[in-house]
Amino acid sequence: MPEPFLMRALLAGLGLAIVAAPLGCFVMWRRMAYYGEAVAQAALIGVALGLALSLDLTASVLIVTLAVSGLLLLLGRQQVVPFDSLLGLLAHAALAVGVIAASLVRGPQVDLVGFLFGDIFAINGSDLRWIFLGGAVALAALISIWRPLLSLAVHEDLAAAEGADTERTKLIFVVVLALVVAIAIKIVGALLTIAFLIMPAAAARPLAETPEQMAVYAAIIGMVAVGVGLFLSLSFDTPGGPSIVLVLAALFAASIFPSVLRRR
Amino acid sequence: MHSPDAREARPAAGARSHDHCDHHAHHHHHAGAPREHAADALISARNLMLARGGRTILADVDIDIHPREIVTVIGPNGAGKTTLVRVLLGLEPLDGGEIRRKPGLVTGYAPQRFDVDRAIPLTVARFVSLGRRCSADELSGVLKDVGAGSLAERQLSELSGGELQRVVLARALVRAPDVLVLDEPVRGVDYAGEAELYTLIGRLRTERGFGVLLVSHDLHVVMAQSDRVICLNRHVCCSGVPQSVAQHPEYARLFGPQAALAFGLYHHRHDHSHDLAGEPHPSRAGREPTIGAR
Repeated sequence: MPEPFLMRALLAGLGLAIVAAPLGCFVMWRRMAYYGEAVAQAALIGVALGLALSLDLTASVLIVTLAVSGLLLLLGRQQVVPFDSLLGLLAHAALAVGVIAASLVRGPQVDLVGFLFGDIFAINGSDLRWIFLGGAVALAALISIWRPLLSLAVHEDLAAAEGADTERTKLIFVVVLALVVAIAIKIVGALLTIAFLIMPAAAARPLAETPEQMAVYAAIIGMVAVGVGLFLSLSFDTPGGPSIVLVLAALFAASIFPSVLRRR
Repeated sequence: MHSPDAREARPAAGARSHDHCDHHAHHHHHAGAPREHAADALISARNLMLARGGRTILADVDIDIHPREIVTVIGPNGAGKTTLVRVLLGLEPLDGGEIRRKPGLVTGYAPQRFDVDRAIPLTVARFVSLGRRCSADELSGVLKDVGAGSLAERQLSELSGGELQRVVLARALVRAPDVLVLDEPVRGVDYAGEAELYTLIGRLRTERGFGVLLVSHDLHVVMAQSDRVICLNRHVCCSGVPQSVAQHPEYARLFGPQAALAFGLYHHRHDHSHDLAGEPHPSRAGREPTIGAR
């Protein structure tokens, strides 16, 4: 029987891999990688808020990721500043807030690196509950909007003309994204969360023939990366989150390589 | 199949048009009586108004689509054809006017641009079934109808332009639509493929009885399959049966006299020549339809 902290790390990583896989596919299909990045970095504001007010960190992060998603919906309506610039602005403003907040909080030293890159070996029982309950809710919500969301990703106007409720579908999607970002922060941190979403999906793409296949392959790739990453982390005493991401990058390279050769 | 004359002849069109189609900015609505919605229409729109960024895109446009009727909207680039389609489909908010749709109306739509996203792995069969959940038999039937029976298991990203158009049409048809809306369905298809596609749409219309709204900037082949043509240049320049529109002075002004002549020659549109004044080569003179002198 492995150490309890290792079991918790493994369970947390595997749970996140399962919910991140289908979500990451849609993030990739809908070209929302940078959006996800901005929301994930904004989570640092939630961390700062949680520390300052002594709240449950996951809950305060969730409140902030939801608020930021709403803000982005509003800001998306103006057309003076391009949306990707807005996302960049938000991401870095959030980073600044996070770093400043960490330096201001007195008392026990705040582990900023932990919030930026995650601390999978520090996952406790309460975190696990968040991951599995929140993850189950996110997965169920995603499956319930799967068909209109897929239609939307393929061609939004066509989906809307065929009567899909595109606004409602998009709203549910950004809420699910905010929820998954909130539960991912402790595991892989504000800077690596989007990698955990995008990399399994990207690695699965060359292997898949259908959208569902891609989601399932992404989940398998994510889980393999968690297992191998944690093993490497323990063996070589490297940080957990970055080790998993490095394994994901290697898996992506292996998966994309044949297509690169074919295309020349 | 032709619709009753009462609908085809649009005397109001002349009254509502100015001397020059292009001068839409000075267009004012003269017709005093409000124009009633067509009661039996699938889609009936009146006085559609739309402006974006201070620029008028649609001014006082009326359009009706009836069951079993192919209505073709023609007009030059920038005439607002795609905007009109988007407004009728509810994809674009209106600044004025009213659209009535038959309750429970099912629409099949083939958009003008369809850029395949290679990031999404998707077979043709799966793409078509996104239009409506359907049985495998229905699916293969509709693919066969559009001549894409062998493509079902292919990836969408591997299709040629012509194959993709057929597959997009199949997705519109699988919905068992009351009205089929096709925005320039033949872009990127060669001339023979174009004629074939319109013949197919005409045949399916007869078999299934749906109405069709067809958009084109290229009228030659379209005309042969249309029951009614609406010539749009931000406002309705003229409308009616294809022959009457082709001979309408507004139409000749909008497209130039060559276009009106080419209509009569649509099976040979690339094998005749025009001199610098736009007059066709004398060898073709015998086939020219008569048009108003300019």
